[in-house]
Amino acid sequence: MSDYIDHEYMVEVNNLKKYFDIPLGFFRTAKLKAVDDVSFFIRKGETLGLVGESGCGKTTVGRTLLQLYHPTGGQILFNGKELHTKEEIQAFRMKAAMVFQDPYSSLNPRMTVGDIIGEPLDVHHLYKTPEERQARIRELMELVGLSSEHATRYAHEFSGGQRQRIGIGRALAVNPELIVCDEPVSALDVSIQAQIINMFEDLQKKLGLTYLFIAHDILIVRHISDRIAVMYLGKIVETAESEEICDRPLHPYTQSLMSAVPSRDPETSRKSQRIILEGDVPSPLHVPSGCPFRTRCPKAFARCTEEVPLLREVAPNHFASCHLLEPKQE
Amino acid sequence: MSLLEVNSLKTSFLVRTGEVKAVDGVSFTLEKGKVLGIVGESGSGKSVTAYSILQILSHPGKIIGGSIKLNDEELVGANPSFIQKIRGNKVSIIFQDPMTCLNPVFTIGNQLMEAILLHTSRNKKEARERALEMIRLVGINDPEKRLKQYPHELSGGMRQRIMIAMALACEPDVLIADEPTTALDVTIQAQILELMKKLQKELGMAIIMVTHDLGVIVQMCDEVIVMYAGRICEKGTVDEIFYEPKHEYTKGLIRSIPYGSKKESRLIPISGSPVDVLNLPKGCAFAPRCDKAMKICLEQKCELVSLNQTHSSSCWLNIADLIDKGQIAPDESIVPEDKEGGTANV
Amino acid sequence: MVNDMNENNRQEHKHFLSPFTFHIKADSFIPATEDERRQQILMRESTSFWKDGFRRLKRNKVAMTCIFVLSFLILAVLFVPIFWPYSYDDQLGVTRGQPVDASYNNLHPFEYGETELELIESGERVFPHIFGTDSLGRDYFIRVVFGARVSLSVGLFASILVLIIGTIYGSVSGYVGGKLDLVMMRIVDMIYALPDMLVIILLSVVLNRVFEDRLAGTVFAALGANMISIFIVFALLYWVGMARLIRGQILSLKEQDFVLAAKSIGASHARIIRKHLLPNCISVIIISTALQIPSAIFTESFLSFLGLGVSAPMPSLGSLANSALAGVYSYTYRLVIPAIIICLIVLSLNLLGDGLRDAFDPKLKA
Ligand SMILES: Nc1ncnc2c1ncn2[C@@H]1O[C@H](COP(=O)(O)OP(=O)(O)OP(=O)(O)O)[C@@H](O)[C@H]1O
Ligand SMILES: Nc1ncnc2c1ncn2[C@@H]1O[C@H](COP(=O)(O)OP(=O)(O)OP(=O)(O)O)[C@@H](O)[C@H]1O
Ligand SMILES: [Mg+2]
Ligand SMILES: [Mg+2]
Repeated sequence: MSDYIDHEYMVEVNNLKKYFDIPLGFFRTAKLKAVDDVSFFIRKGETLGLVGESGCGKTTVGRTLLQLYHPTGGQILFNGKELHTKEEIQAFRMKAAMVFQDPYSSLNPRMTVGDIIGEPLDVHHLYKTPEERQARIRELMELVGLSSEHATRYAHEFSGGQRQRIGIGRALAVNPELIVCDEPVSALDVSIQAQIINMFEDLQKKLGLTYLFIAHDILIVRHISDRIAVMYLGKIVETAESEEICDRPLHPYTQSLMSAVPSRDPETSRKSQRIILEGDVPSPLHVPSGCPFRTRCPKAFARCTEEVPLLREVAPNHFASCHLLEPKQE
Repeated sequence: MSLLEVNSLKTSFLVRTGEVKAVDGVSFTLEKGKVLGIVGESGSGKSVTAYSILQILSHPGKIIGGSIKLNDEELVGANPSFIQKIRGNKVSIIFQDPMTCLNPVFTIGNQLMEAILLHTSRNKKEARERALEMIRLVGINDPEKRLKQYPHELSGGMRQRIMIAMALACEPDVLIADEPTTALDVTIQAQILELMKKLQKELGMAIIMVTHDLGVIVQMCDEVIVMYAGRICEKGTVDEIFYEPKHEYTKGLIRSIPYGSKKESRLIPISGSPVDVLNLPKGCAFAPRCDKAMKICLEQKCELVSLNQTHSSSCWLNIADLIDKGQIAPDESIVPEDKEGGTANV
Repeated sequence: MVNDMNENNRQEHKHFLSPFTFHIKADSFIPATEDERRQQILMRESTSFWKDGFRRLKRNKVAMTCIFVLSFLILAVLFVPIFWPYSYDDQLGVTRGQPVDASYNNLHPFEYGETELELIESGERVFPHIFGTDSLGRDYFIRVVFGARVSLSVGLFASILVLIIGTIYGSVSGYVGGKLDLVMMRIVDMIYALPDMLVIILLSVVLNRVFEDRLAGTVFAALGANMISIFIVFALLYWVGMARLIRGQILSLKEQDFVLAAKSIGASHARIIRKHLLPNCISVIIISTALQIPSAIFTESFLSFLGLGVSAPMPSLGSLANSALAGVYSYTYRLVIPAIIICLIVLSLNLLGDGLRDAFDPKLKA
């Protein structure tokens, strides 16, 4: 750590773009703007929640951040530095790890749990003797709440929640500073989700981790995050402290998103007023001109069609991109 | 007489490694125009309960006991052609993944009209009229154009609407919805739930809503069944289940939902892992994960005990409570009725 | 719900909805300890992929019978020639410096030649000709054993050749993907489009000519030009199926999250292929190799039957059947025996392949 200048931000992303080429048949391709001009930062030791509907580019942001996809444009700063060379990226892989959504497909079915958790150790040569490796694997398994006797079992012998713990153990093996959690609990049952969320919180306290927590369940993101960023069609439309954004959303999309979440309390549910959006999310291949949300926005007006709203600070520490929220000119 | 009466339903899958008791003695009744929710974790037998009603179980599955009465007509063991007539006509179903239920090589119009022609005496022209009407009903614009489209040309939410249109085309008495919104986004989920609620009020049908999302239950249902390992833990109105849960599993489930933010509270999870259906414990299936488990919980399964007219629960703690209050005296409570078991009355 | 309960039901409402009995012991309602609860959780016995597969294979009676038949055949083919007193190219009626003793030709099973009969009369024991002899006076049993040996080894080696070429080609094409994959797969399509039997026959004829003179004196001479052309034909044509299969596997595997996880850890391409992709293809590789062997054996027998296979005096099951055609009315069994052996080998390998698929294909896993 000492070789880094102490930056406030662990991660800073500026104008990140990631376009995919979609083949349309004979040598014709279309550009799919999965992530389009996204900027955000994550402070050290903080959890940034990233929410949004399916296909809005959350996973792509996470993977590009971890250098698994090559960005089409923009800048990713990790501890204030951009990564260029292969060596820098390999060193970065020891500082950042990922936890996946699907506890079934993210673990190799032909490897034992010990080998799965030990793989980062093997790749980065983090031990001198086999005993040291074993000891570290045992330590990691206990850390994520698995019995270390089970190191020789295969992943398919475990339940979904336990498999997710294995995945977290693997992510922790290199002692990372940043973990990108891509919907780590959406495949789990409610009763197990709480176990895993608690574990994420405990690990953060114990190891001082920084999280980018991707999810589509707003209740969970609200619980775990310090700040939340809401994405829509490849763009971040609003970010703020989690209390603030959940209780006082400003962007029309966030407002309808928050109101669409069914309350778990019968009384509140009966009283609550829902904003039901019309229509579906447009395909990212045909993003509407101007504001991407305008096709479904109940408050859209002429300017929304013409001009892309920029993300700006509309209240202290509260950023949103909507023409309606701009300070009145003149 | 209730619309649908299910009594001690038992459905098992005989697989190589043993018998999976997917549904093990489930009873409930569904009244006209009511919405019944079934919640429980993955593998608890929610879908199998629903599929048993229509007898559309996948291969090794078999109803091995109990009765299902629709309008007082027995469905278990009934003539397959009779069941066939019921399906899609009196009882319809919509599934989680609309794509797998729509045939990709036929247009929406084809499939909708076929469903209508199959179950009613309408002719082709009338069926087309009805199809258009249904598409309009589920809130899709441009019905004429939609009839000519193929399923893959529609979005997930739109496909689910088409599925609902198909299911409702013959005005069923009961609509079974197996996780109809699980594959959809929250904003689309809100649309679909709103639509189902509206149609339910307009058409006066009963809905069985299978889901694992307590939010959906709260929003949609009048009554709730909570299932665990193929058995009913608790049954009651939404308010009873959420405000006075009487089974440790239900309590744990409700406790484990995040309510506020990080600073306010820590989540209270249910410890342990879900049960292994092939290795069910002797006693209450939830006992190994239950903090308040008693000796008897590990030894014997508790039956459903009714606590008032609408609320019942199968937890030994309730019985312990009743004994404490003197409502059941240990000596008097056992009234042997036949060889298999006795009935305890109060 | 249970009507007959209503009579006994004197109070306001009944608590129990179905017949139910429990015995209240004094200690029934005290809390259970942590340990007691934990005892209820049973983790299933640990099984690995291989253990699981073999356990399922063992329960498959058909596959086990096939394994038994095949091992019997293989053992016979390996060990019978060691102690058998006759050899496959020994013309029993021919002794150097003496006229040919025609009494040895075309013996029926358990008949003896003239000199042998004399020996028996003088009290010596002579090893019987179980299947008789052929028209040149060679012991037919040992020829069948050798024929089976040749057929089996052709099948095995040809399949290994197919396996190696197919796996390498398929995994490169699948893993690299993109344009390279496109080109490589079009080549495969082209080879697929060739009518294989025609190509095999043409190639065998041509290659035979080419090799005939060049082989003399090299180690390959023993194999014979025909045999080598069979291998070349296999190497050229039959790997495409395997290559496609492996490519498909690799393509779907490389989209799996565990491969992405390995990348996010920083694992090299070599490590990903070695540790993550190939181990997950291994069942497919084994199964399709097991199914490839009988098809190779069948092709070889077919070619030998047409006279394009192994060169005389080396027998193969196909060429044995071919030469038996000449006397098929008087010596039907000479055609029937090799035919039965071919059927036995091909059938049991096919059934075993199916058994392996059932046992090791994870999609059918219960
Ligand atoms: N490798 C890829 N090649 C082409 N298109 C891709 C690729 N990965 C993602 N996309 C497209 O980019 C868009 C954003 O995808 P992404 O997976 O980031 O969404 P997401 O927000 O994570 O959605 P979900 O909630 O469903 O996981 C989608 O339209 C998707 O189809
Ligand atoms: N075709 C089948 N063969 C064997 N077992 C089956 C089959 N279908 C279901 N089961 C078993 O029946 C049990 C109940 O399954 P069911 O599908 O009803 O669960 P569920 O409550 O609907 O779960 P989910 O929320 O995952 O849909 C499960 O334990 C499952 O393993
Ligand atoms: Mg995603
Ligand atoms: Mg289900």
